[in-house]
Amino acid sequence: MFLYPITFYLFSFIAVLSALMVISSKNPVNSVLFLILSFINSAGLFVLLGAEFLAMILVVVYVGAVAVLFLFVVMMLDINFIKLREGFLQYLPFGTLLGIVLIIELSILFLTKSFSNSNLINYSSSPTINDIENTKLIGEILYTDYFYLFQICGLILLVAMIGSITLTLRDRGQIKRQKISSQNYVDAKKAIEKKKVKIGEGV
Amino acid sequence: MLNNFFSILLVPEICLSIFCIANLLYGLFLKKNSFRKTSNFAIIILLFVSILIFVGFKTDLAFFDLFFKSSNFIRFFKILVCLGAASVLIISKNYFIDLKISKFEIPTLILFATLGMLIMIGANNLMIMYLSIELQSLSLYVLASINKNSIYSAESGVKYFILGALSSGILLYGFSLVYGFTGTTSFEEIKIVLSQQTDLSLGIIFGLVFILVGLAFKISAVPFHMWTPDIYEGAPTSVTAFFAIVPKISAVALIFRLCLEPFENFSNEWSQIIFFLSISSMFLGSIAAIAQSSLKRLLAYSSIGHIGYVLIALVANNDQSIKSASIYMFIYMIMNISIFAILLSLKKSNMYLEKISDLVGISKSNPITSLCLAIIMFSMAGLPPFIGFFGKFYIFIAAIESELYFLSIMGVLASVIAAYYYLRIIKVMYFDVSEKNESFDFVISFHSKILLLVLILIITFFIIYPSLLINYTSILRIT
Repeated sequence: MFLYPITFYLFSFIAVLSALMVISSKNPVNSVLFLILSFINSAGLFVLLGAEFLAMILVVVYVGAVAVLFLFVVMMLDINFIKLREGFLQYLPFGTLLGIVLIIELSILFLTKSFSNSNLINYSSSPTINDIENTKLIGEILYTDYFYLFQICGLILLVAMIGSITLTLRDRGQIKRQKISSQNYVDAKKAIEKKKVKIGEGV
Repeated sequence: MLNNFFSILLVPEICLSIFCIANLLYGLFLKKNSFRKTSNFAIIILLFVSILIFVGFKTDLAFFDLFFKSSNFIRFFKILVCLGAASVLIISKNYFIDLKISKFEIPTLILFATLGMLIMIGANNLMIMYLSIELQSLSLYVLASINKNSIYSAESGVKYFILGALSSGILLYGFSLVYGFTGTTSFEEIKIVLSQQTDLSLGIIFGLVFILVGLAFKISAVPFHMWTPDIYEGAPTSVTAFFAIVPKISAVALIFRLCLEPFENFSNEWSQIIFFLSISSMFLGSIAAIAQSSLKRLLAYSSIGHIGYVLIALVANNDQSIKSASIYMFIYMIMNISIFAILLSLKKSNMYLEKISDLVGISKSNPITSLCLAIIMFSMAGLPPFIGFFGKFYIFIAAIESELYFLSIMGVLASVIAAYYYLRIIKVMYFDVSEKNESFDFVISFHSKILLLVLILIITFFIIYPSLLINYTSILRIT
């Protein structure tokens, strides 16, 4: 079990480092890319815990959808990030206060007896490897017992799609669209017309 | 018991969800008149589904009974929802076309909302309850902001969305607490777990309070009513009609089922909350409506007041309460459909009526329309011999049987106050004299004219043969 601590510390080190880079890098695009790196390393930590389904969901949802959306927003919108940074010193005391409170809370959690006595630590120390993976187990229950719930979720997503299209689609009556079929049917003889133009006059 | 494969199509929810998608595709492939055709199709679907619910085929689908429940109470409310949605489509067709927001997605979204409500009424599990509420409200958010040309419509949509999301969050918090302390999400198993306890633990009480708050948002009971007047005013009147009539019915059914099924043995815990919601809704509904000049805001406050009366039946919690609440919701639906049918077809100098003062002089130019409005207003105020009297009558009987004298006296007082603003509309129509001589147009389609006629006849002559409804509702049982 020598490999296990090494991978754990590698993943967590990169995760923490990239999280630091997210808030400290000057370029917002770099920030988002570091955020993605941080997510992927957290996904690696989940794999180490034996929660491979959660790891995949983290990559698919957070990296695939949320972070890429962030990236698009950062790149598309003209946000003045230098102006956003201006209040940094002003809010620094409040931020440190929040940080200190968080640290105190965490240390209270670790110091109380009920936490250290519980079996919670045993769960996280070593992964229990089953014959059946989590993904399969979740799938087995999701598509049988909870089939109706799954279907209703699908309907909700369909309604969300219909709604967003209905509210944003504008029918601009005078828009010019390309009609490929009529372009293909253009006859060279009818399309081009020869005219003699007298010198000094228009058509 | 139907064992055929095709019998799953006879389950109302499955049938409706298939037809929802069919209606969407039908609208997509139509070139012209897509709104008119899809809404006609939707009306037929809803009537068909209500027949399916009425017949009530039993199927042995796997896991179906874990999540869905059926009883004659549930079936009654499901039929009310289907008929309510169908009649809203009938009365609002012309209005949508007139306002040039006749998109074929509107009937589809109404169908999806109705599907959500059907699942919601029959939900037997906290998870399915949450999903159905989301399915219903998501369609309603879109419907509220469907009029892209109006800034008020967009505002009402955003307001509804934010407050609805907030209430869903509160609801989910309650669910998670109840799940955490009972270890199950099924209504029946929650009841079994709770039956082993003499007192509710603090966590479950918190969960129950959060769930009731979330549901009170949905039925717009005071103090969670803030969104109602703004959204009713901002949304197009036809959408307001849908909001006022249909989601209220389903949410009332759900709040009854939740209190009387899993938490049946702990009525002391929830009845205080419902008691407060009921009294405050009745009084705010009647007092705040006095100051309104907009008809839609007035109807919003009126619906808040009506919700207060229905909740009296829940506080009473005896064998009369299911019956009286069913009668009340049926009557509420009839009165609201008829008043919106008139509002959606009454125009004054090419504008739809918005203010109460616009009604001045209508008794001279349109005597029949104003007579209909007067009948509905008398009925809403609860004056005999009209139908509205019976709704309140059975509610108060239920309250008195449980010796809730204070609550019933408060209810009567609130309805006296409410009578003021209902009767004021009649006064404006018949006794106020206008300086300008403006003409009213009453443009109503054939179908909604028939519907309105039938409803007015029911409102007026219900007293002759009330036992049909009363006998039917007295056999309704929640389990």
